[in-house]
Amino acid sequence: MSVLLELFFSFIQVGLFSIGGGLAAMPIIQGQVVDLHGWLTLTEFTDLVTIAEMTPGPIAINAATFVGTQIAGLPGAIVATLGCILPSCIIVAILGYLYFKFKNIKAIQGVLKGLRPAVVALIASAGLTIMSLAFFGENGTVSLGNTNFVSVGIFAVGIVIIRKFKIDPILIMIGSGVVGTIIYLLL
Amino acid sequence: MKKYLKLFFTTLYISAFTFGGGYVIVSLMKKKFSDELHWIDDDEMLDLVAIAQSSPGAVAVNASLLVGKKIGGIVGALVAIIATIIPPFVIMTVISHFYQAFAANEFVAIALKAMQAGVLIVIADVVITLSMKIIAEKRIFPIVMIVLAFVATYFLKINLIYIILVCGFIGGISEYVHKKVVVAEKVIDTQEEIIDNQESYIENLEEKIQSLENELDQVETTDNENNGGKN
Repeated sequence: MSVLLELFFSFIQVGLFSIGGGLAAMPIIQGQVVDLHGWLTLTEFTDLVTIAEMTPGPIAINAATFVGTQIAGLPGAIVATLGCILPSCIIVAILGYLYFKFKNIKAIQGVLKGLRPAVVALIASAGLTIMSLAFFGENGTVSLGNTNFVSVGIFAVGIVIIRKFKIDPILIMIGSGVVGTIIYLLL
Repeated sequence: MKKYLKLFFTTLYISAFTFGGGYVIVSLMKKKFSDELHWIDDDEMLDLVAIAQSSPGAVAVNASLLVGKKIGGIVGALVAIIATIIPPFVIMTVISHFYQAFAANEFVAIALKAMQAGVLIVIADVVITLSMKIIAEKRIFPIVMIVLAFVATYFLKINLIYIILVCGFIGGISEYVHKKVVVAEKVIDTQEEIIDNQESYIENLEEKIQSLENELDQVETTDNENNGGKN
């Protein structure tokens, strides 16, 4: 029981302090899971990061499920995941409530409208990070020899298809995966 | 009920394919809920992204809570959160039992590498659509803000919270000034219109006076002729 409680409170802290999403949460998870509680070794933790990046879903949730399962089986996974999402759900619920209640106030509308270009820029920035990873690999050196032409080709064809035809984005992703895998295996 | 089921399965479907962090799920949500199902409009989606991003925790969970709340109230929010968590939860539970074999599998690594390009396509598509919308407004300030916010995030790696706070503040002021300018321009336009109207009214009157004078002249001439005939 005490282990479950410890998991729960540990991941509440992860959920509360991981601001900015994605890999920004990793140091906090490491602090709780490796340094403070010793639930995972550093090697296991590195494996966890790799797996979390290879599988769908937010890294914090992946980590919570993984650590929870390792420490206390399915109940551990459930408790850790709930702890992880609880703080942000409360905070976002409050902010969301305020947004839906006050978004028609002119001053708020002005701020929100003024903020939209910045949000587009944030999405673009995330896109460019992925582009660098997909085109030039992990070290990111931009050179002809280091370019992954399979990714570049799939991207070029895919972006034309998705802009020209209204097609399910997930189909595009799966399609890219299938085509890419076939090409990689043939090469 | 049908709406909640649709919300559940759409979110589940999206979450199951969200490789690569919060912005991918946000892009997919925009495509599904705004472009395809029309449950939420583009502008509102961007507002919700800003809230989800500036709150602690996983962006995907935060965003589904907000989108779910918008679509189906509190029940909608719960449905969306549960649907978002299930895929990573199930997959990680399975993987954590035999993760070494999974991480070492070459085929898995190849398939995931191949999928990166697909993720990129979806994000690029959303970025193109949204920025074209902003560019179409033909205002300099929002375009400058896109560039500056991009440099601040991508090159300077400034904490997203600060970017959102600063841009919200500056953007708010810019919108306020823009609205004032628009209102002032409208006032000038209406007054110019009034002046135009009055000028054309005066022209009309002048024309009428002219035609009346002409008529009077004619009447006088015929009168004179008639009188002349009598005399």
